[in-house]
Amino acid sequence: MPLLSVDELSITFTGRGRRDVRAVDGVSFDVDQGQVVGLVGESGCGKSVTSLALMGLLPKKGVKLGGRAEYDGKDLLTLSSNAMRDMRGKHLAMIFQDPLSSLNPVIPVGLQVTEILERHRGMKGAAARKEAADLLDRVGIPDPTRRLKEYPHQLSGGMRQRALIAMAVACAPRMLIADEPTTALDVTIQAQILELLKELVDQQGTALLMITHDLGVVAGLCDQVNVLYAGKAVESAGRRELFAQPTHPYAHGLLGSIPRLDAPRGEPLRPIRGSINDRIDWADGCAFAPRCDHYTLECLSGTPQLTEPVGAGHGVRCVNPVLTGVEVKTLGVPAEQAVDAAAATAPAEPAEPKIPAQAGPEADGKAETDEGDAAPEAEPEAEKKKDAS
Amino acid sequence: MSTKTDKIDRLAELTAQQESSSGASLWREALKRLRASKMALVGAWIIAVFLLLAIIGPWVAPYAPGQQWRGEVFVNRAEFVGARAENWFGLDHLGRDIFSRMLVGARQTLLLGVVSTLIGLSVGALIGSFSGACATLGGRVGQRIDSVVMRCIDIMLALPSLLLAVSVAAVLGQSMTTVMIAIGVVQIPVFARLLRGAMLVQGGSDYVLAAHSLGIRKRRIVLTQIMPNSLSPVIVQATLSLATAIIEAAALSFLGLGNPDSAKNPEWGVMLTQAQNYADSAPMMAVYPALAIIITALGFTLLGEAMREALDPKLRG
Amino acid sequence: MSLLELDDVKVHFPVKKGLIFDRTVGHVYAVDGVSLSVEEGQTYGLVGESGCGKTTLGRSVLRLVDITDGSVNFDGTDLAKLPAEEMRTFRRRLQMVFQDPLGSLNPRQNIESILSEGMAAHGIGGTREERREKIRDILAKVGLPANALARYPHEFSGGQRQRIGIARALVLEPDVIICDEPVSALDVSIQAQVINLLEELQESLGLTYLVIAHDLAVVRHISDVIGVMYLGSLVEEAPSDALYAEPRHPYTKALMSAVPVPDPEVEDRRERILLTGDLPSPANPPAGCRFHTRCPWAQDTLCATERPALKDVGGGHKVACHFAAEIAAGTVERTAASVVPATREEMADRVVETPAE
Repeated sequence: MPLLSVDELSITFTGRGRRDVRAVDGVSFDVDQGQVVGLVGESGCGKSVTSLALMGLLPKKGVKLGGRAEYDGKDLLTLSSNAMRDMRGKHLAMIFQDPLSSLNPVIPVGLQVTEILERHRGMKGAAARKEAADLLDRVGIPDPTRRLKEYPHQLSGGMRQRALIAMAVACAPRMLIADEPTTALDVTIQAQILELLKELVDQQGTALLMITHDLGVVAGLCDQVNVLYAGKAVESAGRRELFAQPTHPYAHGLLGSIPRLDAPRGEPLRPIRGSINDRIDWADGCAFAPRCDHYTLECLSGTPQLTEPVGAGHGVRCVNPVLTGVEVKTLGVPAEQAVDAAAATAPAEPAEPKIPAQAGPEADGKAETDEGDAAPEAEPEAEKKKDAS
Repeated sequence: MSTKTDKIDRLAELTAQQESSSGASLWREALKRLRASKMALVGAWIIAVFLLLAIIGPWVAPYAPGQQWRGEVFVNRAEFVGARAENWFGLDHLGRDIFSRMLVGARQTLLLGVVSTLIGLSVGALIGSFSGACATLGGRVGQRIDSVVMRCIDIMLALPSLLLAVSVAAVLGQSMTTVMIAIGVVQIPVFARLLRGAMLVQGGSDYVLAAHSLGIRKRRIVLTQIMPNSLSPVIVQATLSLATAIIEAAALSFLGLGNPDSAKNPEWGVMLTQAQNYADSAPMMAVYPALAIIITALGFTLLGEAMREALDPKLRG
Repeated sequence: MSLLELDDVKVHFPVKKGLIFDRTVGHVYAVDGVSLSVEEGQTYGLVGESGCGKTTLGRSVLRLVDITDGSVNFDGTDLAKLPAEEMRTFRRRLQMVFQDPLGSLNPRQNIESILSEGMAAHGIGGTREERREKIRDILAKVGLPANALARYPHEFSGGQRQRIGIARALVLEPDVIICDEPVSALDVSIQAQVINLLEELQESLGLTYLVIAHDLAVVRHISDVIGVMYLGSLVEEAPSDALYAEPRHPYTKALMSAVPVPDPEVEDRRERILLTGDLPSPANPPAGCRFHTRCPWAQDTLCATERPALKDVGGGHKVACHFAAEIAAGTVERTAASVVPATREEMADRVVETPAE
């Protein structure tokens, strides 16, 4: 049984006089001990709200929760505030994006760490201070006894995030939730922090729920990845499967729009057109359809279901999945034929190498409805990749 | 291909529901939020009633403010006349109709609040914007000028406001104008500091930097970029100041520096002051003007707070 | 001759203290002697982490910050010595795109007013109607609908706002656009749109870019030449491909190894050079090589005492490191144990004991 099992979690904000906003809409995932599960998506996809709901940090007023989030047999969503407070720290801990605003600015870092030790582990005075110094040492803060006396503003960004991680792991929680833990940091510091998180997971078997927008971070850290769009998981798979064959057009588009350090220069980016504001309700169809290059009428009639078109354990919420990804490695049945089809049509129609035949010429037609952002040209990247390999 | 047009139509139909309004400036959006706010509504109603009374009060008052029921003056009877059919709020210590005096006094009170706030606002904003402009775009010399101006303002702020008002009143002599000027002067440093602070914040923002990089002249940057964005806290403060001005006027009257001609031109603050001598035997004499002042101040404060929220939606929880 | 040439540019901010009259108690050496040149029609990418002075350097070109020393030659004119009013008119030819698309647009001006402000300041564009025509033209170029004119910045999405920022620069028909973190505030899928737009505009209008960013992948994607900054100075400069193929400076190596690549195959194989410690304060930079306090290859001689100059090592590849050749040849050893194994499996092997809880 997984440590945390989230089932059909939905979060709705019911504002005064405004339309209800469904921020998270039926998200399910499991997290095991020693496993890193990623929630990936852009702003507004509901990833941060999910983490707050799991930690019981959403306000009670104006928020409707649905579904279940079972941690060790207890439903986190229905626990009382007192029970939840006990869970936090001892069982679940969270690391936030902005370490400066998550630390109390007028209390020395050491006191903030010892406070947690005193509250949750019943330690006292010198023992707590020694343990606090040990913790700071373990997360790689040099000269921990001196640092304990310093105030948050005296520490650098990386140090603060380390201190925050030290506080999170102070009670050896079995599960960590990290919400964009490295977004505010420089890349070299980010590398340090990611290394530290990896160590925690590997050495102590901590389960880690990693919330990020950075697919690069996901590729190096997560075992299981859930790609969220507009409050729903559109694709969930193991990281190798996901990156080898991104099948939902959104996941596929995301990967195509990131400039890669190791890509040859001059290789064009394939942006997803439009913005998150160009969306339709999940109830009416696929929320991504307005930005999708190969949506069909079917996409606009009812919520698409999570299916497994390219192999077991690789869920995709799309009726027209991208079956020929950048590289076809998994054993999905239609993959081989699809490659052939793409190769065959490529010389004639370089603009559409990865679209199933019947969905072909729509990409340009869509441009009429899209007013704001320029429609991208599809590009023959798939071929290049194949040639190279 | 019919399916193609079908699906485009369908998509357009589905996305059409999500269209937002367009071309609404921040001021207009703020007004929309203000209209939706209950706090603003209550405040606006209170102020509207107050305004109405201020305008029509002297005409609808049943008696002249100076008219006395000579036989029923306190000293002659040793007992106050409370509310009765012909005098709704009763008579004051000189046998005058309190209800009429309240009605007539509304205009005086409003005039006092508005004029004194206007004095504070205009002089304060002038000093504040000068200082703010110097500090943000004046370079080294400007910063020095700003520094000197602000220290002067600080000195004004450091003096107890009542003391400042009393000194002004003492210099100019006792009159309604004096009271207005005195209270206005007290407000000057508040507005000056507020506007300058807002301008400093805006002056450091990216769009001001962007305006610089476009090659726009400094004078124009101050006028078109910095000023419009610095005004909202000042507007809010002005609303709140109206309330405090009325209360301060009451305090000045209390100290005997208020309107000397109170027989013909009653004012709520003065009425309250006069009532204090009889607080034991005739508490109601104080209650009416006190209530009126409190409710009016509340009205302005509510509207001010609602405006603060409407103008800066980030402040809302 | 290059279009834009910076020669030994220094920007030092005084640190002041005092009640009424401030006195200077020190300096922040934000930019400390940077020389670079940007060729016409090309893109120069300036990369570095926060606090390295890249933004200050970008602003110093437009004289938005005071230049302490050095010269900025633009088309034969030294901007650093220009009187203020002349500098103002010169800004038409040097424009800037900012990081925060919302913050850099005046929230109380509508799009038409934002875009015509610059034209009015320089007295170009003719009548109001002609200006509007021109603005419509530019809006179409950056991919915004014509009905955007009467709308306000807060009514647009992040990507569209950045397009407005680009349009604002374009209406003045500049020669050089300085892009300060043009995409870092945008969502990933939008970043690509803006990057593509910048590239298209460069091609059609022959623009010259100075792109400042912290994201090495973005910079590598759009730049012809890349300069890597650390603590106020350039440590390495090379054509984009050469820099990626063979980073010579230890800092560039570390930076490059830290950039995550969205591909598990690459991530698992990759060796990471982890830098220890944090960026030293630019108010009190270390003596000698600025990087020696964190450098995995730091040597006992030279590094702590002498500041290395940017030297050409062939093919336009410039490095500021005393031991660049030795490091490339593998004759100097890494001194700090800061390399981590590539994969998580390997890491688990390395673990000897799990601390008891």
